Amino acid sequence: MSPEFITGIVVFVLAAFVGLEVISKVPPTLHTPLMSGANAISGITVVGAITAAGLGSGTLAAALGFLAVAAAMINVVGGFMVTDRMLEMFKKKPERKRD
Amino acid sequence: MTELLYLGSAVLFILGLKRLGSPRTARRGNTLAATGMLAAIIITLIDQDIINWGTVIAGLVVGGAVGAVLAIRVQMTDMPQLVAAFNGFGGVASTLVALVAVDQAEGIFDVETGITVVLSLAIGTVTFSGSFVAFGKLQGILPGRPLGFPGGQVVNAILAIGIVACGIWAVAADSTLAYWLIAAAALILGVLAVTPIGGADMPVVISLLNSLSGVAAAMAGFVVGNQALIIGGALVGAAGFILTMLMGEAMNRSLANVLFSGFGTEGAGPVTTSDKPVKSATADDVAIALAYADSVMVVPGYGMAVAQAQHAVRELATALEERGVEVNYAIHPVAGRMPGHMNVLLAEADVPYDQLLDLEQSNPKLPQTDAVLIIGANDVVNPSARDDATSPIYGMPILEVDNAQTCIVIKRSLSPGFAGIDNPLFYLDNTMMLFADGKEAVENVVVALADA
Repeated sequence: MSPEFITGIVVFVLAAFVGLEVISKVPPTLHTPLMSGANAISGITVVGAITAAGLGSGTLAAALGFLAVAAAMINVVGGFMVTDRMLEMFKKKPERKRD
Repeated sequence: MTELLYLGSAVLFILGLKRLGSPRTARRGNTLAATGMLAAIIITLIDQDIINWGTVIAGLVVGGAVGAVLAIRVQMTDMPQLVAAFNGFGGVASTLVALVAVDQAEGIFDVETGITVVLSLAIGTVTFSGSFVAFGKLQGILPGRPLGFPGGQVVNAILAIGIVACGIWAVAADSTLAYWLIAAAALILGVLAVTPIGGADMPVVISLLNSLSGVAAAMAGFVVGNQALIIGGALVGAAGFILTMLMGEAMNRSLANVLFSGFGTEGAGPVTTSDKPVKSATADDVAIALAYADSVMVVPGYGMAVAQAQHAVRELATALEERGVEVNYAIHPVAGRMPGHMNVLLAEADVPYDQLLDLEQSNPKLPQTDAVLIIGANDVVNPSARDDATSPIYGMPILEVDNAQTCIVIKRSLSPGFAGIDNPLFYLDNTMMLFADGKEAVENVVVALADA
């Protein structure tokens, strides 16, 4: 196995444990924003998609690359925006004289 | 150097997720993660010697615009299907990245790259088709009930074996055809795996698909040799995994049971609704019971969301609070169609989040609660889950509302919940049933409360 591949596996496993640690204490109230926020982060594929679309040669690669960037961007932009929209609504008790 | 810049993005993701853990810091956390993403995109645009700028920019603009429109327009009740759709887009992006790698491969992949291409294709595509079936069910395009066919599990097993076989073929013989076959088989597998799962199990399914979309992104990271993808994907994989386990626990079911049992398929048989008497109440009766209580606990279920009654409930709570009644909300983990869904719906109706109590906070409070108002919830308050070892939901953690002084249940009829089981709560002496549409009923109670 190449050293890069092994480094990749090490990074993957450690990041997964960081994720488990960071997220296991999130209260149920925030589970939906957590999921949509995490969902937006999984749109990091956009970086791979840009590489694929930007460097590929041929019509097939261009078409697939375009679709990859677009799909990942829907995930990224939509995910972060909708999470923000939700979190804006979460308010504490005293400051609710707005209706 | 670029690797270090990507590491900066990864750190922002981790800090962002950490801050998403508390209502006060959550919004900043999300902004932080978004900043990390923007940085990663800019780094990539600068660092890669991009030839096809047109394709890249077009993809960024089109995808960004579609995502923004979806995010701005969505109703909060439709949040589960939107997240399902986003999961699907994330999954298919990983598939497409892997397909480009296959198309562009000069000569053969080494074994480890070949394996990650196979995994990226298989997991990304299952996430894609599975998510869009979940979307269809939640959106009401597909029937929400489990849609299985005899031998479905066998077909799924054959598809899974086929994917593994094609994977070995693809890596060993470096066949482009084999890679495409994997994508095709995974597409069908995703559809067949999710169609037999009922609507009420969607919190588990969405969490699992969320996790898979992260794993797919990480695999795509191996394919293109980018650690930002590996870290980001692993974080999301972990987040989705935790939520999947939590949702399974909340229904007292293992993941395997949710995926393979087709809950409710056999429950369609005779439902034993007993003909014991129930105490039917009017809006006035309910108003009086609530008005003279010291503490009220509202138990919302998915039925409340379907009836769009959350704003009416909020009005009722305000009216009660003005009379000095303490109002809280007890929220079961699977009250909505995705984890935490009910909390978002109530937050939208201006309910402060410190009034939303989870299972562990609610149950000790219920014995001291004067009145419980149950709207559109059924199985999560069914005492059989605690008392009747023969019940199909036995062992599922419930809100023990029968410990309160009075239970008021607003429900259209005595029909059983998705599990198809009768609820003994309805026949208890201290339970009143208000048979009506959730929204209308609550509005009537608000009117009646003015005279009480």
